[in-house]
Amino acid sequence: MKHIISVLVENKFGVLSRVSGLFSGRGFNIETISVGPTLDPTVSQMTIVTSGDERILEQIIKQLNKLIDVIKVADLAEKEFVEREMCLIKVNAPSEQRAEALRIADIFRARVVDSSQKSYTFQVTGDEKKLEAFIELLRPIGIKEIVRTGKVAITRE
Amino acid sequence: MSSKQITGAEIFLECLKKEKVDTLFCYPGGVVLKIFDVLFDQKDIRCILPRHEQGGVHMADGYARSTGKTGVALVTSGPGATNVVTAIATAYMDSIPIVVFTGQVPTALIGNDAFQEADIIGITRPCTKYNILVKDVKDLAQCIKEAFYIASTGRPGPVLVDLPRDVVTNKAEFHYPDKIKLRSYNPTVTGNPRQIKQAADAIAAAKKPVVYIGGGVILSGAADEVRELAELTKIPVTHTLMGIGGFPGTHPLSLGMLGMHGTYYANMAIHNSDLIIAIGARFDDRVTGKVEGFAPDAKIIHIDVDPTSIRKNVRVDIPVVGDVKHVLVDLNKELRLVKEPWDAIRKSWLKQINEWREEHPLDYDHSEEVIKPQFVVEKLYEVTGGDAIIVTDVGQHQMWAAQFYKYDRPRMWLSSGGLGTMGYGLPAAMGAKVAHPDKEVFSISGDGSIQMNIQELGTAVENNIPVKVVILNNRYLGMVRQWQELFYAERYSSTDLGSTPDFVKLAEAYGAVGLRAEKPSEVLPVLKEAMKSKKPVFMDFVIDRYEKVFPMVPAGAAINEMIFGEEKKKVEKKLKAVK
Ligand SMILES: Cc1ncc(C[n+]2csc(CCOP(=O)(O)OP(=O)(O)O)c2C)c(N)n1
Ligand SMILES: [Mg+2]
Repeated sequence: MKHIISVLVENKFGVLSRVSGLFSGRGFNIETISVGPTLDPTVSQMTIVTSGDERILEQIIKQLNKLIDVIKVADLAEKEFVEREMCLIKVNAPSEQRAEALRIADIFRARVVDSSQKSYTFQVTGDEKKLEAFIELLRPIGIKEIVRTGKVAITRE
Repeated sequence: MSSKQITGAEIFLECLKKEKVDTLFCYPGGVVLKIFDVLFDQKDIRCILPRHEQGGVHMADGYARSTGKTGVALVTSGPGATNVVTAIATAYMDSIPIVVFTGQVPTALIGNDAFQEADIIGITRPCTKYNILVKDVKDLAQCIKEAFYIASTGRPGPVLVDLPRDVVTNKAEFHYPDKIKLRSYNPTVTGNPRQIKQAADAIAAAKKPVVYIGGGVILSGAADEVRELAELTKIPVTHTLMGIGGFPGTHPLSLGMLGMHGTYYANMAIHNSDLIIAIGARFDDRVTGKVEGFAPDAKIIHIDVDPTSIRKNVRVDIPVVGDVKHVLVDLNKELRLVKEPWDAIRKSWLKQINEWREEHPLDYDHSEEVIKPQFVVEKLYEVTGGDAIIVTDVGQHQMWAAQFYKYDRPRMWLSSGGLGTMGYGLPAAMGAKVAHPDKEVFSISGDGSIQMNIQELGTAVENNIPVKVVILNNRYLGMVRQWQELFYAERYSSTDLGSTPDFVKLAEAYGAVGLRAEKPSEVLPVLKEAMKSKKPVFMDFVIDRYEKVFPMVPAGAAINEMIFGEEKKKVEKKLKAVK
């Protein structure tokens, strides 16, 4: 089972390595991890996507809570939340495929952020399903490179 | 506050005084010279120079385990820092409060592969409770305060503070915070009253309960509360290697140790119980044996200050997170309200346990010709009146020390349980002796283990720390040899130490006392002689080379599937069944 865990940490030197070291040291899996500042500059926010059964997830959350620099841990599966991920995709776009590429991008509301004679780079944002669907449709055209941010998530009011 | 500026080295000293540190185990080097210079002029803190940094930190650990106070050590950067990693990991695995200061290259050089630079923060991240690189002398006092606070509260553990040279030499105003509050660190102290009530109800309803205590009872100072619980409800108590002394070993309700080398009756009681009250213990694999076969009919109450210990290895029915002592005070209060005829309820269970006790008491083959190690431990118990602090190394001798000496109080037994560090014994015993100059402190060591930190005998002589070392000398890495005999077709690969040094001469070379016993009749005289000595003593007991530790739960078996010394055939049959 996949889980999205939101972790508030002290914005201090070495905290990311404590968190990632915890996962690797105990054999827990990290699928994606993203880190950024919050409204309070002394606090950072991490969003971690992980997988494992209930027992493992319970351990992950307890172990995270135990880290001295961790302020708060929330398993978003227990809440209503919105998740988003951004992806940059560079596709082959020789003249005969340019129109097709743009048409697919349009459906997914992807933006062209760079173009050359033979390629487009799209920026697309959405949940995992949307990103996967977009990538699948572009595949026949020929994807040169993909860069993804990893998920971020926020609870609903 | 005056605005007087003092150096980081002076701030360091002032902080230690504020923390009431009376002993510092310290080894110098380039980047910490400024601190040593400051230490030279003061009289408040006793500085002890070990012969190896690992020894120094084990001393701090022994000091901490025997007192409950935080042990403190200081070493230099690079090799000084990497030398302490094993000792820090030892303290980490057993939740021992120590603060270790390491020197570091100047902040401007960090990351440059400077001379004697090691990323000790990175290296020790997984084996410390917390570690801090101090980047500015202005933060130094606050960081030291945090280090002592974190090391000693909640589930205790080692904290490392890395001090770059410029932080030590630069100046700042000294201001030591009285109190400290960390928004990200708030250990739970009191247990949830609903959970405690549930635990009390479960205890009242149980027919075959067992109390199972671990090191948490010692750390939280809860021995009296455990005793009250056991005596009130007439529940027998078993302990882990770390829980030794958490309940009197001579008490009629004591089952002794459980697990791999536990007593038959402790393991049978756990296996057949309908309720386990686990207190400050963590269901280590050396205790549970095969987890799927562990106590199949028991409900489990688990009291621990660390929520991650709960449900890590076994299912738990009633978890109670909180400081063990606090929780037990509340639990005992609840139980005193329960009006059960405890004696009558417990009669048949205690009778059953006594039958197990008679079936397989802790015993060994006595001998007139050759010294049995268990005999040495028994005699040591006699000679010391059960009143010495016993420190051990790791191996067979450690198990015999656990089985055949009776510990009636906490902090009389110091042993590396979690990491199982050979070489712990001598330096940890010295740390304990420094803290308890009026108590007898014995290290029970093996001939292999003692050689891992033997150099500390020099420190003991130099600083007049008269520890007494019992070497149970089998010229083998005995515990490993035992596994080879039982599980590797007697193929003794790399376990025969062959010639061990002459420990008597070696002791004398260091200026200590060396004694030897080769026959059973010499055991008692040697021990008595050692008791009289005002100097450190090495006692070389030439023991039966082939003696094994029994009972034993083979790795992978359930804890009721024990093997015994007197039944070799049964051993082989059981082993087949396990495979
Ligand atoms: C530092 C370290 N290395 C290796 C081991 C593995 N080990 C456990 S017990 C043991 C043998 C110990 O021999 P000795 O000290 O002579 O004790 P004995 O078992 O003979 O009583 C070894 C090698 C260990 N526990 N620690
Ligand atoms: Mg040996």
